[in-house]
Amino acid sequence: MLFRPACLSSNNRAIVRAPTPRPATGPKPARRAARSATDEAVAVRPVRRGDLDQVIALDATVTGLEKQSYWRAVYRRYGAGLHEHRHFLVAVAGKRIVGFLIGEVRDWEFGSPPCGWVFAIDVMPEARQAGIGTQLLQAVCTLFRREGVRKVRTMLSNDNTLILSFFRSQGMMAGSLIPLEMDLD
Amino acid sequence: MPRGDARVKLQKNTQLALYSVLEFAADPMRHIAAATIAEKYGVSQHHLAKVLSELARAGVVESVRGVGGGYRFAGNLRRLTLMDIIRLFEPDGLGTEAEPTPSGNTPVDLALDTVLSEIDQFARATFSSITLATMLRLMQRQQKAQSPAVTAARA
Repeated sequence: MLFRPACLSSNNRAIVRAPTPRPATGPKPARRAARSATDEAVAVRPVRRGDLDQVIALDATVTGLEKQSYWRAVYRRYGAGLHEHRHFLVAVAGKRIVGFLIGEVRDWEFGSPPCGWVFAIDVMPEARQAGIGTQLLQAVCTLFRREGVRKVRTMLSNDNTLILSFFRSQGMMAGSLIPLEMDLD
Repeated sequence: MPRGDARVKLQKNTQLALYSVLEFAADPMRHIAAATIAEKYGVSQHHLAKVLSELARAGVVESVRGVGGGYRFAGNLRRLTLMDIIRLFEPDGLGTEAEPTPSGNTPVDLALDTVLSEIDQFARATFSSITLATMLRLMQRQQKAQSPAVTAARA
């Protein structure tokens, strides 16, 4: 497969996971917590080399693994605005990186006309439920539109309900592609 | 009620629970009498009462006494998923339209079981990832999409 979800943890789950078990009902403490974590206005911009340490720390918080060399390689491939159709965006509150998203336009893969792929998104756990993921996704969609694509896709583990719910809340639905896999002996 | 070509078959109580919850969730401050919902969906009040009682027990809705009483939404729109509701009424898992497979251990039984499990896995992932807030937005989009067609048909 040419499309490789670059941000997988060691147990092959997508990078973003539920921070805590979700209560089915009850009040909404998450939004209040998120506000206190992001009192400053959040801006989305392309990643800079100086952001990498915070991105690596954020990823380590979520996945439990610090992957220095991996992230430096991702930065070379997607960062610094050096690559057409490749986007590595960060959400910044003051000087703090509170989220990031990586995506790119892929042409004619999986038999599909050019479309945008989002293959990594993460928001600092205490800053979730404050619209930062939405800001990141909208930013990359704006870039994708400018690049002429009219469809955006993503792929993640079917038990990652938190992030599945996020993408669905943005209007994403199951698409025409079916992911298949098998174990290699 | 669900379209005839749907693969996953929800039990009648589950469908009724989903319809009721979405009625309440569409306007969380509003009290709706059970009779209003029963009439809208053509079910007996007795039948609906059992469903609402289960939803109230789970904290999804709460009963409001007195004049203008009934039930109102008590959950979290952005957290409660379709699967949370389904699980209340179908704790043993989702049913499918396929006939139950014989409980044998032949290669055919096992292969068929694998295929049905795959379908079940996707169905669960779908229901688990759609919150009531997402569902309400989806309903609004469907309504908008239908509106021009309705207008055109009336013209």
